[in-house]
Amino acid sequence: MEKLEYKILTKLGDHIDTDVMTPGKYLTSYEPEYLGSICLCDLDPDFSKKMQQGGILIAGKNFGCGSSRETAPIALKAAGVKVVIAEEFARIFYRNALNIGLPCIICTDILENADVGDTLKLDLLKGDIENKTRGLLLKGTPIPEELLKQFQCGGLIPYLKKVLKEGEE
Amino acid sequence: MGMTITEKILAKASGRESVRAGEIITAKVDLAMIQDALGPIVYKEFRELGVPVWDRDKVFPVIDHSCLPGSVENAVTISETVKFARDYDIPNFYNMQGVSHQIIVETGSVLPGQVAVGTDSHTCTYGAMGAFSTGIGSTEMCAVLATGKLWFKVPETIQVTVAGKLQKYVMSKDIILKLLSMIGANGATYQTLEFSGETIEDMSLESRFTICNMAIEAGAKNGIIKPDKKTYAYMQKQGTEIVDWNGLYSDADAVYVRKIKMDVSDLAPQVAVPFSPANGVDVTEVEGTKLDQIIIGACTNGRIEDIKTAAEIIQGHKIPHAFKCFIVPASNKVYTEAAKKGYLAALSEAGCIIVNPGCGGCGIQMPMAVGEKCLGTHNRNFRGRMGSPESTVFLASPATAAASALKGKITDPRKL
Repeated sequence: MEKLEYKILTKLGDHIDTDVMTPGKYLTSYEPEYLGSICLCDLDPDFSKKMQQGGILIAGKNFGCGSSRETAPIALKAAGVKVVIAEEFARIFYRNALNIGLPCIICTDILENADVGDTLKLDLLKGDIENKTRGLLLKGTPIPEELLKQFQCGGLIPYLKKVLKEGEE
Repeated sequence: MGMTITEKILAKASGRESVRAGEIITAKVDLAMIQDALGPIVYKEFRELGVPVWDRDKVFPVIDHSCLPGSVENAVTISETVKFARDYDIPNFYNMQGVSHQIIVETGSVLPGQVAVGTDSHTCTYGAMGAFSTGIGSTEMCAVLATGKLWFKVPETIQVTVAGKLQKYVMSKDIILKLLSMIGANGATYQTLEFSGETIEDMSLESRFTICNMAIEAGAKNGIIKPDKKTYAYMQKQGTEIVDWNGLYSDADAVYVRKIKMDVSDLAPQVAVPFSPANGVDVTEVEGTKLDQIIIGACTNGRIEDIKTAAEIIQGHKIPHAFKCFIVPASNKVYTEAAKKGYLAALSEAGCIIVNPGCGGCGIQMPMAVGEKCLGTHNRNFRGRMGSPESTVFLASPATAAASALKGKITDPRKL
């Protein structure tokens, strides 16, 4: 789970907000599959098609700003995003994404050193990013230690179930 | 070394003498607000956990987003909130009585020094009461419902000191839009925006709510203003129990990551142009831009002083034909007061459209067609937020919105 290898399938800029990830006007269902199909459609109508095979999304600053809607990371994950690597994440999005088991890596120079089509090998625990296509090693910020336990369980809810069960025993 | 007000609140909530920015703590939650748009995911996950709600009195389910629902799908969505409130016997359930944030503050549900969380990014509004208040996602809310606790990284604080007397028809909205344009949409990511200074002290609680409401637009974890005489008077008027808030201020030797000083004496009304709330410019730069609709309302600016300002400007005039000016009071309480004082009648006579309290236009209720332009008093102008991705939204104060409503184009309220 912690070591992954995928291709970058989408590259986005700065300040991509959660409204545009799952626009309120299309929020007629909370089913992940549906959310994946509308994900980022106002920005790029082909987004879910591009992500279908499963891969990495890279972006600039303040990724996931705005609304606290958790449909945003759910939609990205359902559309096929395996990992988001951004120069910076908005706070609520970052927590929401990790809580539902969508890995996020902060890497301040990702856009300069990677592009669509590159294959990246990732170590989520260390934050290491190897751009195999370009033969580059990049350093990202790993998942915070306090979140690691829940992340390894698959998200906050599976972790909570485990903790509550252990509490009973 | 001293602490900031945010550090003091988080220290107390985590049962510690002191905390410092950067530390991870687990805090007890005093208030958990859940709105109808993020609610269904919370309730589904929570039911699966199969545990009781940690404290029924501290949970506030509110239906405000799909209000009115306007579609079968939305009717289904909001029914999840109704079922949760019924099944778990939640006493503080508000069904279409206004915007959640306005209900929380006007019912005295949040007190200075408390820790409040809500499944809405504008939960940061309650910081104007001197509370630590922040937005969270559905899954985290599920954990709060089960345990009454949540972990936080103690944020660094940016101190914003505001001095100077605002010109006529320049409002607190203009101050926060100006600040956002100075620091950017990520200017306070993970941090606290702490507001102080003579201008803030002289300001009503309503105006303070507007400022803290938009802290998130700079990426802030929370916005906060220390409680003072005005806070006390606001609570007294509501009949809220007055808590002891001795010590609820930032110490003189508290550590700040950045200090920003603003003098607002000459501040012009601000307009945030598409597609970011941080795109504020002086109104004079965009004056004359033709508009299709105006919205005066939302958790940012739908309170009584906002509607009063709009009524003062619009009263006795006529809204141009082929132009829409929606008035969305933030709550039933605001609606009732605005009606009693004659503001709604004056606005209606002028041709404004008085809409039911709720999140209304700041989202899905008043969608725009391709190429249409809206100027609103709400807090977000992201692409496609209010309909077609080819429509655009400008953000401004109620005074600028009302002045613009009279002309059908962006208008400087100082020139009326």
